[in-house]
Amino acid sequence: METFLHQLFAGLATGGVYASLALALVMIYQATHLVNFAQGELAMFSTYTAWAMVSAGVPYWIAFVATLALSFAAGAAIERLVIRPMANAPILSVVIVFIALLLIFNSMAGFLFGTDMQSFPSPFPELEAIQNPYFSAHEIGVLVVTLAVVFGLYSFFRFTSLGLALRAVAVNPQSARLVGIRVGSMLALGWGLSAAIGAIAGMMVAPIVFLDPNMMVGVQVYAFAAALVGGIDSPLGAVLGGFLVGVLENLLGAYVIGTELKLTVALALIVVVLIVKPSGLLGKTAVTRV
Amino acid sequence: MRNLRASYGQGHVLHGVDVDVALGGVTAVLGANGAGKTTFLRAVCGLVKREGEIHFAGERIDQLTTEDIARAGIAHVPDGRGTFGSLTVEENLRLGGYVRRDKAAVQRDMARMYEYFPRLQERREQQAGTLSGGEQQMLAISRALMLAPKLLVLDEPSFGLAPLITQEIFRIMRAINAEQRLSVLIVEQNATLALAFADHACVLETGRVVATGTPEFLRDDETIRRAYLGY
Repeated sequence: METFLHQLFAGLATGGVYASLALALVMIYQATHLVNFAQGELAMFSTYTAWAMVSAGVPYWIAFVATLALSFAAGAAIERLVIRPMANAPILSVVIVFIALLLIFNSMAGFLFGTDMQSFPSPFPELEAIQNPYFSAHEIGVLVVTLAVVFGLYSFFRFTSLGLALRAVAVNPQSARLVGIRVGSMLALGWGLSAAIGAIAGMMVAPIVFLDPNMMVGVQVYAFAAALVGGIDSPLGAVLGGFLVGVLENLLGAYVIGTELKLTVALALIVVVLIVKPSGLLGKTAVTRV
Repeated sequence: MRNLRASYGQGHVLHGVDVDVALGGVTAVLGANGAGKTTFLRAVCGLVKREGEIHFAGERIDQLTTEDIARAGIAHVPDGRGTFGSLTVEENLRLGGYVRRDKAAVQRDMARMYEYFPRLQERREQQAGTLSGGEQQMLAISRALMLAPKLLVLDEPSFGLAPLITQEIFRIMRAINAEQRLSVLIVEQNATLALAFADHACVLETGRVVATGTPEFLRDDETIRRAYLGY
């Protein structure tokens, strides 16, 4: 029972990371109908930025906020410089661009920061009061951060007019223009937000998996699985999918298939969802009437 | 609009079209399918590549982006209505007033839209995509009015609607036009309806203006009536 609960909490914590990264994927998908294959590598690069700052003696939370700001700017810049010129390009060209971004960020991280594994600090202290055999302080911290991100995003999209404008651009860019929304700025904003969320995911997972240029490869696959299970156009689905995949991965890994096949579970899940229910658990089939 | 030309990709659709809309007036653009009516409206709002001059309230707007044309006070109800299908009726209306700074006035206008179209109020929490065609057209027009525009551009508001609903919508538009001296530029396949609403009209044929004048003038001209108005 003790191991089971331990695995369950570990699953929820990594699930939170998958959920965040899946949310980042869903945000870009909703606005542009593109799946950003480079999302994970961007997050990895952001995490290295944070690591460089922390190593240089910057206090953790200042480095955290600075990393979010830098990631936001980088995401917006990628939209401006790379994605926007491809607006009318065939989908295959866009996919190639994403793969190029993935490789560029991966090798740039190796070049700038080295390919050795680095340990990344957790900001959540192991307090005496929460010492227990079931979960670590970091796991609880990750859960809290994930829920804060989810709640923050939900409030932003639901209650602010900027959030409403972003949703409008996702639904119908032409009509958004006709009501005076600057669609270009909104797309840049969406990419920036998505990169910032990815950075949070990276900084939360790095203390668990250690920091190296390939750290997000596996996480990215789990996040894809999470987004697809939940429905690629549903933010709530992405969050549920993230937790589901995290828990499944840990429990199956611990009791059924062992650690070697964990990633296979995610890939199998992707294939099954695509065959059985391509719209995912909460993916909307949009209602239209003519 | 002076000598307006517009094109999609390689093909030129408009060849030097001149159309005027008076302040507080209603100009109707008539013509058969494929005459370039929708393209003309899209050119006004910068949704297609265009050349020529467009003056609006003393400013040249032919170099502006669609967003800035909307911000200048031109509200466009596109063909197909262009509502935000998965957003609620209320969210659609809020988006209509997105660029306005005076949020209290936006709130007042929203209440006014619900007065014009009580059915929208009943359905304010419903997804726009689930509305009937007539309700969607009401929503599209209301959303455009939420911009507090100086010029309302309507693309075939009667398309696909039952005659009774069409009449209802035109009755309300006439009231709004009279109350607020709102200028209207309307493209309509239903010539009778459009001529009854407009104080100025022109007929397009393959991207050129072939006749222009008051509704009475167009109605009384036998050739024009037979060839373009279809009765």
